[in-house]
Amino acid sequence: MASTRFIKDTGLTARMTLVMFLLGALFVALIVGLMYAFESLAVFIGIAGLGIAFYQWYNSDKMALRAMRAREVAPHEAPELHGMIDRLCAMADMPKPRVAISYTDMPNAFATGRSPNRSVVCVTTGVMDRLTAEELEGVLAHELSHVAHRDVLVMTVASSAGIIAGMVTRGAQFGGLGMMGRSRNSNSGGAAGLMIALLVSLVVYAISFLLIKLLSRYRELCADRSAAFLTQKPSALASALTKITGEIASIPTKDLRSAQSMNAFFIAPAISGASLKTLTSTHPSLEERLEQLAKVAAELGRPMDGGFPTP
Amino acid sequence: MGRRTPVRANLDALFALPTAAVTLQTAAGFNPTGVGSVCYRQAEGAAFAQTQTDVVALLDADDGPDVERSDDAFGFTWLLARHDPNDMAGLVTDLHAVNTTLEAQGFGPGLLCSLVAFTDAAGRRLGLVYLYKQGTFYPFVPLERQRRDNVVEIQIRDLVKNDLPVEPQLQRWMPVWGAPGL
Repeated sequence: MASTRFIKDTGLTARMTLVMFLLGALFVALIVGLMYAFESLAVFIGIAGLGIAFYQWYNSDKMALRAMRAREVAPHEAPELHGMIDRLCAMADMPKPRVAISYTDMPNAFATGRSPNRSVVCVTTGVMDRLTAEELEGVLAHELSHVAHRDVLVMTVASSAGIIAGMVTRGAQFGGLGMMGRSRNSNSGGAAGLMIALLVSLVVYAISFLLIKLLSRYRELCADRSAAFLTQKPSALASALTKITGEIASIPTKDLRSAQSMNAFFIAPAISGASLKTLTSTHPSLEERLEQLAKVAAELGRPMDGGFPTP
Repeated sequence: MGRRTPVRANLDALFALPTAAVTLQTAAGFNPTGVGSVCYRQAEGAAFAQTQTDVVALLDADDGPDVERSDDAFGFTWLLARHDPNDMAGLVTDLHAVNTTLEAQGFGPGLLCSLVAFTDAAGRRLGLVYLYKQGTFYPFVPLERQRRDNVVEIQIRDLVKNDLPVEPQLQRWMPVWGAPGL
């Protein structure tokens, strides 16, 4: 009896699963390659890399808030914001995250944290000034669906292969790994192993860079979809995205540069002027997002059979 | 969204309200005011507008007072139904009809809560709020200047917990300031 208008986007799910599978395969390939080159040392490099990834994920809320100079706010400090999030969480049946405000004029919002129970949603004063209540709600719903889908965890796991590959590449740059190579073999064997490791790492790093960006774009589209279905107002989110994206492009780059490390978790990327945009951006293009929201609006508007008889 | 298998809303739980109302009347002196409301998010598009018109027409078909519709500051819509204070069953049937119709038309995700209002001799107001997504009830007793009487709320919870499924997590006891009918 209970039916819903929320229809799964099978194509998007399939593409996302494929990307995640490729990232996993890449991770295995990297570890196998490293084991071939360094044998026992590979395990150590792998654990260190995973340790870094784990630390980033575990402390993601604190690190992100510090990077954005954001401050957590209590319900009496921002009653409207809290009321909005209260209602969205009741509709989505999820635990309420902490709420923070970043006092910057850059219009943006992000969500982070290691689990839905330990997460924080942050909006900038810039986004609150520019958006209407309806639009702000769409943005908050987008961030809440990142929380509910555990996107911080997904992106951290996805990027662990890249982190390890980056470590090896950088280690090789400083020659540190050359000395730790195969000590029982001759010098030439160690150098060959190092070359293989460097090559594998570079390739893995490059591929995982592109795959992570692809995965990030898919997660953004998913969050847009869920937000539109949660608020039942796809057009409010669409207009918010248009406003935010337009505003960001017109703001001087000097202010934005300091925020670059946070880009993966923003609702719209804060870098203006991009080349190779389609391959390397963390967010889908505005046109793509608006087109998807229009589809959601069509699904919401279609009449359903077997319901209430029209007089 | 928050969990893998969403809780199926058990709207039949609404029909336990008349029993709870008797308990409240005898044990706490809270009498039903005959007013109840359903809070939901209006979806964009013609399909929702049509559904809403149908629901209102259905509820207005009887001789009683017409359904009142209002929008709140959070962008949610409230449908308010009035009945004779003694006709709790009729009121609950109306609320149930609104919920099931929206659900059947695929707008279940837009439902937030349903509310039945009570008042006691001292003029205190009490709302029993049904959370659609959780399928549980909680009491809400507003005071002046956006404060709520938590002591009375806890007492009410202990009174009705045998009649109704009560929301165990206190942080889900969301205030609904200015809810129509309260």
